[in-house]
Amino acid sequence: MTAYVLHLAIIAGIYIILTVSINLIIGYAGQVSLGHAAFYGIGAYASALVSLNWHFPFAAAALAAMLVAGVCGLALGLPTLRLKEDYLAIVTLGFGVIVDLIFLNLGITGGPDGLPGIPPPSFFGLSFRQPWLYLVLVIVTVILVLIATYRLVDSYHGRALRAIRDHEITAQVMGINTPAYKVFIFTLAAALAGLAGSLYAHYITFINPETFGLHTSILILTMVVLGGMGSILGSVLGAVILTILPELLREVHAYQDLVYGGLLVVLLIWRPEGILGRGKLSLKFLKKEG
Amino acid sequence: MLTLKSLQAGYGRVPVLKGISLHVRAGEVVTLIGGNGAGKTTTLRAISGLLPPRKGTVEFDGQDLTRMPAERIVTLGLALVPEGRRVFTSLSVTANLELGAYHRRDKGEVRRDLEAMRQRFPILKERAHQAAGTLSGGEQQILAIGRALMARPRLLMLDEPSMGLAPRMVTQVYEILAELKAAGTTILLVEQNARAALKVADRGYVLETGRIILDGTAAELREDPEVQRAYLGKGYKEVWE
Repeated sequence: MTAYVLHLAIIAGIYIILTVSINLIIGYAGQVSLGHAAFYGIGAYASALVSLNWHFPFAAAALAAMLVAGVCGLALGLPTLRLKEDYLAIVTLGFGVIVDLIFLNLGITGGPDGLPGIPPPSFFGLSFRQPWLYLVLVIVTVILVLIATYRLVDSYHGRALRAIRDHEITAQVMGINTPAYKVFIFTLAAALAGLAGSLYAHYITFINPETFGLHTSILILTMVVLGGMGSILGSVLGAVILTILPELLREVHAYQDLVYGGLLVVLLIWRPEGILGRGKLSLKFLKKEG
Repeated sequence: MLTLKSLQAGYGRVPVLKGISLHVRAGEVVTLIGGNGAGKTTTLRAISGLLPPRKGTVEFDGQDLTRMPAERIVTLGLALVPEGRRVFTSLSVTANLELGAYHRRDKGEVRRDLEAMRQRFPILKERAHQAAGTLSGGEQQILAIGRALMARPRLLMLDEPSMGLAPRMVTQVYEILAELKAAGTTILLVEQNARAALKVADRGYVLETGRIILDGTAAELREDPEVQRAYLGKGYKEVWE
């Protein structure tokens, strides 16, 4: 039983990082990203490949994952962040599909069979194969990510980002270089998703394209909407709730996608601000912005 | 200070400004009045760098602004109070003010200005931590003006500051404008409310369907029968006193 709870906790932690990363794009910069799982996958594959082929230690592999995912985020963001919302949505969606296909068809990524045998991390000679040790690793990473995100959001630049979200044109008139900020956040979010990918790869020790497709992109999206866009604590909540939910829905596994899709639609119609988004429950969070 | 020469601008295939020329001298309050769709907001957008002009030039203190990106223009000393206020709704009042000074490097002076702004407009101090979206229209207008002033602009541009405000609030806003004028701020005021605008302005231009059809001192415009008929109402009398 404990092994199962540990597993859930680790997965929840990974999803927290993913949700926080997409929240930066959607909730703070006010942009769209419908293919975010692609960066998750890019990070996972990058981390797996450098450890399998070049025997990178975990820390270096994770860094490589962040770097590669970040660069891909930059490459996608630079030409496309000038697009209007609807077009950006389609482009990010398409990117997700393309990356998925690449994973499926490239020899080096193992195709549909994926990459097995990814080495778990080891620090100071101690292998982190044990779930509870891995959980510690995940928790530490999550805490670091949360601290960094809070500090970004509360800063001078965080304010500029929220101004862009609220009214992009007016932000420009205040001297805020909106395209630069959008690209920066997109790149940062991609790097964080890559980090989550690395954590995933070295935990499960096996990855294949299935984990990083549209299904997961939608799941992350639902998590951020449920928790509340623009609320970091909301992202944590959304990730945790939607990690536990599938377990409760195990009986009706086949209907999971229906539930997620339905939940997303219902949320966006009736309570788009999610649990902790900018709504009645979020007053505490707003005070922080003073 | 600011000179527009034969400026043409539009959206896509639709031409809105068909060649306008105007100028604003330092210390003046100049108003651009006109009805809906005349092109007033388009003019301000073209000046602020939000809309690239098709032809013509925008010059500010000898610098050519015509194709400069919007985020650079504010660093040269122009600040815009946009149509409809456009405060950053989810940010606090204080955060909005701080953002007005985004491009300034002198952080110490910014803090001082922030304090001065709160003294000058007590409502901003009262609601310092409230989300800007929860303020009333008039309060938001004051916030938008304060935010623009935080940039320490050499030229302040306002787009229809009286729009959608109750008469009492309009009076309050215009009192603020009068004070700014007395303090020597250069102002370009775009308005549909010609009465209020011509009371505070030194000079004015009348914009109609993309062309300047009339210009002169505020007094001249107030006396002009065409202006009276079209923008000030028949039997125009001073009703604001």
